[in-house]
Amino acid sequence: MTINRAFLGHRFSAAEPYEVTRVKIREFAEAIGDPNPAYRSPDAARALGHPDVIAPPTFPIVITGIGSAGSPIFEPEFGMDYGRVLHGEQKYRYRRPIRAGDLLSVRGLVAEIRDAGPHELVRVETELSDADGEPVCTAVNVLISRGTAASGTGE
Amino acid sequence: MRYDDVEVGASIGRRELPVRRLDLIRYCGASGDFNELHWNERAAKRAGLPDVIAHGMFTMARVGRLVTDWAGDPGAVVEYEVRFSRPVVVPDTDEGVTLVVEGAVAEKLGDGCVAVELTASMEGADVLSAVRAVVRLG
Repeated sequence: MTINRAFLGHRFSAAEPYEVTRVKIREFAEAIGDPNPAYRSPDAARALGHPDVIAPPTFPIVITGIGSAGSPIFEPEFGMDYGRVLHGEQKYRYRRPIRAGDLLSVRGLVAEIRDAGPHELVRVETELSDADGEPVCTAVNVLISRGTAASGTGE
Repeated sequence: MRYDDVEVGASIGRRELPVRRLDLIRYCGASGDFNELHWNERAAKRAGLPDVIAHGMFTMARVGRLVTDWAGDPGAVVEYEVRFSRPVVVPDTDEGVTLVVEGAVAEKLGDGCVAVELTASMEGADVLSAVRAVVRLG
């Protein structure tokens, strides 16, 4: 099964903003095994000049990740088999750290779908903006669909 | 860490970081990524992998800690990017596997910004490539 090229250039957005909480940031920091106090203590974060606890650099995946935020890539008509997908690349550019209390809006674009040898490659670009409409973070996510290219060895 | 004190080529540290099955389960819950490849051995083998694999984003997060610890302020990270070159296969053992992470200053970019480049390997083979972060120092 190949990926539906009709989604190339598809834009999407989350139905409602993602509310960043101290509890979720702490849970994520625990899960990645990072004891940094800036992820847990408002006082420690303020000592670094932040208004509240901040999130680790890879936290945006919670907001833009699998099947979340209106992304079409795991809807059936997209044609991607979840069990064949590997993460190829991830890039982040931060205007400022994500912090507790942020209400983040998500706008995304399916920027590229192409064959790469026997595999297919999907690049999704996502912008996170705060409640004032100021950009916070840009994420570029490349997924590899193993063995599904029409010219490849996919089933 | 201050910009003026940083020298190109200087190490930002080296760490050995264990990855165990429980870490993957916990990351499934925290990230919301419950892809079976990260917890179901049968599914992983069906997909042609030797065993379950760590989330790429989990590996990226663990490696990133070298940068945020070095910078002092995790909020100083301006850019962070990786390529996932080899799956981190995590057997169902008490020890799991060990990631070896190293980094060094690659470039002083001006305006207080420094580029660091990192490597992450497992049993001598790189699991990430093109790992680069830009950090704004005071």
